[in-house]
Amino acid sequence: MASGQERILKRRIRSIDATKKITRAMELIAASRIVRAQARVRAARPYSDKVTAVIANLASAGGEADHPLLREPAEVTKVAYVAIAADRGLCGGYNNNVLRATERAIAADAAEGRDYELVLSGRKALGYFRFRNYRIAAGFEGFSDQPSYADAQQVAAAATELFENGCQRVMLAYTQFHSMGNQSVAIVPFMPLEVGDFDEADGAEDSGGGPEGGYEFEPEPAVILERLLPRYAEARLYSALLEASASEHAARQRAMKAATDNAEELKINLTRIMNRARQDAITTEIMEIVGGAEALAQTGGEVDLLSDTIEARTADLFRARE
Amino acid sequence: MQVELVSPEAVLFSGECSQVVTRTVDGDIAFLDHHAAFIGALDIGQTQLWASDGIVTLALNRGFVEVSNNVVTILSDAAYAADEIDVAAAQADLEAARAALAADDDDDDAKAAVAWAETRIAVAGAA
Repeated sequence: MASGQERILKRRIRSIDATKKITRAMELIAASRIVRAQARVRAARPYSDKVTAVIANLASAGGEADHPLLREPAEVTKVAYVAIAADRGLCGGYNNNVLRATERAIAADAAEGRDYELVLSGRKALGYFRFRNYRIAAGFEGFSDQPSYADAQQVAAAATELFENGCQRVMLAYTQFHSMGNQSVAIVPFMPLEVGDFDEADGAEDSGGGPEGGYEFEPEPAVILERLLPRYAEARLYSALLEASASEHAARQRAMKAATDNAEELKINLTRIMNRARQDAITTEIMEIVGGAEALAQTGGEVDLLSDTIEARTADLFRARE
Repeated sequence: MQVELVSPEAVLFSGECSQVVTRTVDGDIAFLDHHAAFIGALDIGQTQLWASDGIVTLALNRGFVEVSNNVVTILSDAAYAADEIDVAAAQADLEAARAALAADDDDDDAKAAVAWAETRIAVAGAA
């Protein structure tokens, strides 16, 4: 019995309802993944703390080798950027924020006559820079949801290769995860590694400082440092990947919550419009029947019979509501 | 003494041990209580921890060890206890690595892969 407009509205409401169910499910999934991602960030911390502490101890014991990863460049002509974004969209401004910040940093470098190289992590990052015709040195995808240490090793290897071949500096662009409601894009220096960082980290370490007698080394400090520094770079990249992944899930949860809320509001509005349309149709029909009855009554017809008809018809119409 | 075994992804072991035996690039080394401060780079090999509830044997794929203030910290990229080792996968790795080594006997990666597979099989077999 529904009129044409009513039918169309009903179909739209049904479609919005289906969409709402999807966005709601995505919201819940993202929410549960944030918790897991946060746990992974926490689980990765002891290793990077310990690696940092060991390097600090090596450095203080005079193991400060002239390692390429520690060499401050005299002049910077080329900067490599490691940009970490997501594999999927539907997470609000998460991808765009970090990618645009990277692009701006590259433009700022270009203004000062410095060239760039790009190492990208995440399908969206690849799409973004490919579309804009940037030169991409290396791209990785498929792990932004749950990065593993092996993934971090791959990305770190690509960054190290650029650093050893022409780039004097490597910057890391990713989204830092401060809390559930607070994430921010950061572009931080990644290579060369700064020994100053290690001294500070040593102060924060709870082991109560180095031992009195100094360390024994096996093999000599320089060799250990040479093996340890790449690990340190990997651990830092790994923690950046994990934080980015936690931020991604947080951003997705927020975006999907907004989408679910919007769908709900849209549904309420459309239901209201649909009800009004049906009410109008019913009113019009009753008016027509009453009008017809009036006309018949004036000519002296059977009014009783007609009022029965009207009642039956009205009941029909209201039943059509359900 | 306190022993911490830490991989990049998690803390694998944390507890009191009476003795730790591991292998640095220069050879096997054992730590007892109050060992002198020490930093070493670890080779591929077995590590044994004398924990309160028995000896834990692990296969370690390189890493580092630091000893200070009666705390032994082992950092490793990959450390597996016997029950976590997939022997079939290790066996397959071993054959692949031996084949690579047969083709090029200077291939360091293949040599490391052979050592790593053999260590895993040995640890799994000892349990």
